[in-house]
Amino acid sequence: MSLRGKAAIVGVAEFRPTRYTEGATTLGMLAEVARDAIGDAGLEMGEVDGLITEAFAEAPFMAPSTLVEYLGLRARFAEIVDLGGATGAGMVSRAAAAITAGLCETVVCTTAARREQRTASAPKRTASTGWAGRRTDRTPYAEFEEPYGAIGANFGYAMIAKRYHHEYGACADQRAKIAVAQRYNACHNPDALFYGQPITVEDVLNSPVVVEPLHLLEIVMPVAGAAAVVVTSANKAAKLKQRPAYILGAGENTTHRSITYAPSLTNSAITVAADSAFKMAGVRRKDIDVASIYDCYTITVLISLEDAGFAKKGEGGAFVEEHNLQFDGDFPLNPHGGQLSFGQAGIAGGMSHVTEAARQIMGRSDGRQVKKCEYAFVNGNGGIMSEQVSLILGRDR
Amino acid sequence: MTEQTTGQAQETTPYTKPLPEPTAASRPFWEAAREHRLLIQRSRKTGQAVFYPRLVSPFGPDDELEWFEASGRGTVYSYTVAHRPTAPQWAGDTPYVIAIVELDEGAHMTTNIVGCEPADIHIGMRVVVEYDDVTPEVTLVKFRPE
Repeated sequence: MSLRGKAAIVGVAEFRPTRYTEGATTLGMLAEVARDAIGDAGLEMGEVDGLITEAFAEAPFMAPSTLVEYLGLRARFAEIVDLGGATGAGMVSRAAAAITAGLCETVVCTTAARREQRTASAPKRTASTGWAGRRTDRTPYAEFEEPYGAIGANFGYAMIAKRYHHEYGACADQRAKIAVAQRYNACHNPDALFYGQPITVEDVLNSPVVVEPLHLLEIVMPVAGAAAVVVTSANKAAKLKQRPAYILGAGENTTHRSITYAPSLTNSAITVAADSAFKMAGVRRKDIDVASIYDCYTITVLISLEDAGFAKKGEGGAFVEEHNLQFDGDFPLNPHGGQLSFGQAGIAGGMSHVTEAARQIMGRSDGRQVKKCEYAFVNGNGGIMSEQVSLILGRDR
Repeated sequence: MTEQTTGQAQETTPYTKPLPEPTAASRPFWEAAREHRLLIQRSRKTGQAVFYPRLVSPFGPDDELEWFEASGRGTVYSYTVAHRPTAPQWAGDTPYVIAIVELDEGAHMTTNIVGCEPADIHIGMRVVVEYDDVTPEVTLVKFRPE
């Protein structure tokens, strides 16, 4: 059964990214941004009969019911999505599937990251030890990677970039251009973390190398924030006050957890996810007006452009050189600034690619609106190119 | 076995980096590493090597995995040089090398390349196993240029 045109995003809410929160709870942030998205859609709580949330440490189990209770909902569908950075896009495809299957009609999808400034006396969180040194992660990742310092994501994307250089040639200048274009976009988005701070290719290449070959300005800044969307049936969407962003296509592919065991470092699972989404939507690559592509690192975008079918394999660098990636250019990419310049609020960072694509389709991206925006491509990427979810959003069913 | 260790076990300060916690599936690997042997698994059906150790074969429901001693030789599949620590416990170690090594038997392992300057490493470089007895109980499997 196809999801094409069966459901739409009708409400969007997002907190402005900040470096830190003070005394916030993840539960409170998840609820607040969900409430805002429901209000944005012009809906009452009683009209929302589905909830999808991320897994969060404050609610080690039964997170969906905890939020349902907090918000006063009566949910016919409640679940967690755990696809790393692809979670936001995965929430939307699952919401659309649940609605299409008749399990529920209106689903709020909510994500949030709090980030408290650590005091000197607070225990440090390191590797997979939880707070106060309690080992919580018993995965092969904790056993066979962390002892070698293969911790976090920087090292993995760096190894992808090194391998890409080896197979297809260096791409540092082109990667830098991606960061610069997205910063230009962020300078047109007052909510972006780096609003008012333009950069040049030289700035990127002169920033310190953190993990070879990636420079500091090619790596996301972790922030606090939250993002939520409301997905409802196409029938209900047509009756609401604002223009919906219809879900026309969705595709997904997961191949590994640790980059060590990825089938390839340079050919990602995006190919399957994006091909599925485009096929379902019946939309061609050249129809896409805005690309909202997960950008934890510049190399992620370069490989995504290739594997999503916008550029040939190995020609992502040439594609970046040939196109203007600014929101007012010929290939608008991440008009909100991307996570690189908007900020990465944990799982909400991935959701920001959904919220921005929806706002662009709705015509609500003030100051950075892409002209004639009929079709948007969204890609969510989790882990180290591990989990991929692609969406096609459109103005018409 | 006479391999040189990198000497961290001789330090008087306690070892603070994360250590593996062997499971029922992986215990033979870690016990062999303590004896400076590289013991990994392969498919009984196809002979294909697999890493990390598992209870279940990824090659099909009619397959089983068996242990065998690998050559300890391979090539650098990819790597990075960390100029900033990937976790606080590595703060004093920069620059250090994290790599994926493709064993001659075909399986990939994430590891460290030691015993050379980071600038001398390249993808495709031949490497050989280097056992690092980081604590009396745990030996990590690292690699150095062949």
